[in-house]
Amino acid sequence: MAEGGRGARRRGGGRGGQGAELMVPEADFRSYYGRAILKPPVWKHDVAIYLFTGGLAASSSMLAAAGDLTHRPELRRAGRASAMAALLASTFFLVKDLGRPKRFLYMLRVAKPTSPMSVGTWILTAYGGAAGLAAVSEAARATVVGSRLGVLDRPLVGVGRPAGLAAAAVAPALATYTAVLLADTAVPSWHEAYRQLPFLFAGSALASGAGVGLIAAGPDDLGPVRRLAVTGAAMELAGARSVRHRLGLLSEPYLTGRAGRLLQAGEMLTVTGITGALLGGHSRVLRRLAGACLLAASLATRFGIFEGGVESTKDPKYVVVPQRERMAARAAQEAERGHRTETVTPSDEAGTSSPTTG
Amino acid sequence: MVSRNSLSGPLDPTPDAGYVDPPARKGFFTDTSVCIGCKACEVACKEWNEVPSDGLNLLGLSFDNTGSLGADSWRHVAFIEQSRPVGAQSFEGPPTGPSGTSFLGMPGTALPGASQDGRTDLRWLMASDVCKHCTHAACLDVCPTGSLFRTEFGTVVVQEDICNGCGYCVSACPYGVIDRRETDGRAWKCTLCYDRLKGDAEPACAKACPTDSIQFGDLDELRERADRRVAALQGAGVTEARLYGHDESDGVGGDGAFFLLLDEPEVYGLPPDPVVTTKDLPDMWRHAGLAALAMAAGVVAAFAGARR
Repeated sequence: MAEGGRGARRRGGGRGGQGAELMVPEADFRSYYGRAILKPPVWKHDVAIYLFTGGLAASSSMLAAAGDLTHRPELRRAGRASAMAALLASTFFLVKDLGRPKRFLYMLRVAKPTSPMSVGTWILTAYGGAAGLAAVSEAARATVVGSRLGVLDRPLVGVGRPAGLAAAAVAPALATYTAVLLADTAVPSWHEAYRQLPFLFAGSALASGAGVGLIAAGPDDLGPVRRLAVTGAAMELAGARSVRHRLGLLSEPYLTGRAGRLLQAGEMLTVTGITGALLGGHSRVLRRLAGACLLAASLATRFGIFEGGVESTKDPKYVVVPQRERMAARAAQEAERGHRTETVTPSDEAGTSSPTTG
Repeated sequence: MVSRNSLSGPLDPTPDAGYVDPPARKGFFTDTSVCIGCKACEVACKEWNEVPSDGLNLLGLSFDNTGSLGADSWRHVAFIEQSRPVGAQSFEGPPTGPSGTSFLGMPGTALPGASQDGRTDLRWLMASDVCKHCTHAACLDVCPTGSLFRTEFGTVVVQEDICNGCGYCVSACPYGVIDRRETDGRAWKCTLCYDRLKGDAEPACAKACPTDSIQFGDLDELRERADRRVAALQGAGVTEARLYGHDESDGVGGDGAFFLLLDEPEVYGLPPDPVVTTKDLPDMWRHAGLAALAMAAGVVAAFAGARR
């Protein structure tokens, strides 16, 4: 059996008598029997769901705080409730994805700035406390009959605003750290997108929060919620577009297969949701449908990003080709520098050929 | 002990991890030019470390039925069969053996690969792969529980009683070494026989290697030995001999386990230019911070002036 992979790379006609081989379109990289170099992430879809629920929790808390400060009780109530639900879902899916779920508290053994997961655990812990308190306060307020406050009700209702504001203050970190979580890996299409992913995730989170807002909004709340939806959707669309077209070969996993279809669906749902929010905002039904579209768009986009990264670990092409290009660029740069200064003679380099020179 | 090169660049990782007056950094030099593919290293590793079976697989990839490193394979011997027509070798340097009849590439009646004087135009590359014990180990950097740690020998080890199986290390490793054991839920990889090192014994694989393809020792000394070996091979006409993972200025700050290869790294299933992902971590946080600010600004802008 000959060497595996996509066939030997063409070597500038160095080998004679192989004319037939040159007729075959050759791939421009070599590999070990075409096997993957990287391990695919062991993370299941739980993590993709968490990307969505974490962002939803964050933007819901921001929506609730803004609604609280601008005296929009529907937005405050819906935001706090949705934040609580998303927080519980987030915790559930994060623990479920562990190989040893009973050891989830081991995450709190250390605080490690080099580990986005450790940083995120502490962000989620801080956020969870505040958002949970805000939700409990909201529940206490809902159970109050008339103006008769119980002994516990008064402090509980009172703590709602500071707790809600604290949750909203931590929320942007919660919504964006997940981008660093994915990017700080060897997964080619995640790492390469580290400049775009935080903006994409922030936008996707905002759009999903605006979705909750659209579902809950009364006619008077429509203005700010619409603006929020447009801002979020614009960031989400621009981010996704950038990830899908600006990463060269590493954009390919986001354009093809399931990831490609998911991101396409996300884009269409976002556009539909925004159109619905802007044109059909006067109708409660259309408003709610538009909100649901934005939520579904965010979910599809997160799954698309997740899947695209996973795909990029399965083909050695996404490891070898970009790394070879990087090496070639570095070599060209060094050659140019050597040429300019003319201090390096060819013999200087000959003895210490690095592994890069074949 | 955070230094300027804590995330990337040349570094002695052991003092950086906080050890005072540690022993010399230990490592492997795997000289694949003398590997005979016996897999004694794989067996010795499994025996000593009680690594469970990774299944009875027939992969159809030459003599390789292990496939890759993983939770249950801490040494992996790769087998690469290459067609290297004798007459064409001169383009990459002189042939290593006595010269034979030029191979014209004509169809014949002999067995494939056999030339008239009994020499073949095939070569077999064999290489025993292992965890690289990087200077800048991404698995260790991203571990959120502190389960992965830097030992006093400069190696990287998983504490299995701490690991909660989050799987972050699996995605972080640029070499695809560490993996989660499905039956167990925790991450596993080569420990460079931490227990044996503590007892002044060499790791099981190096002990078992019959040709000294796997050499264990102080990393500084191994690097010098490897330089001499490459020079000797190149002097003997093996111009394709090159080192992999020995360079402190590479993307992972140099490997604690490095290799002498006879072809490009990707042919052995190794990434040609791995870079520790945490090298870009400060820039990632910067972008996340900007995005977080944009998000907050978006909410403020949406609600500003809309007080009712």
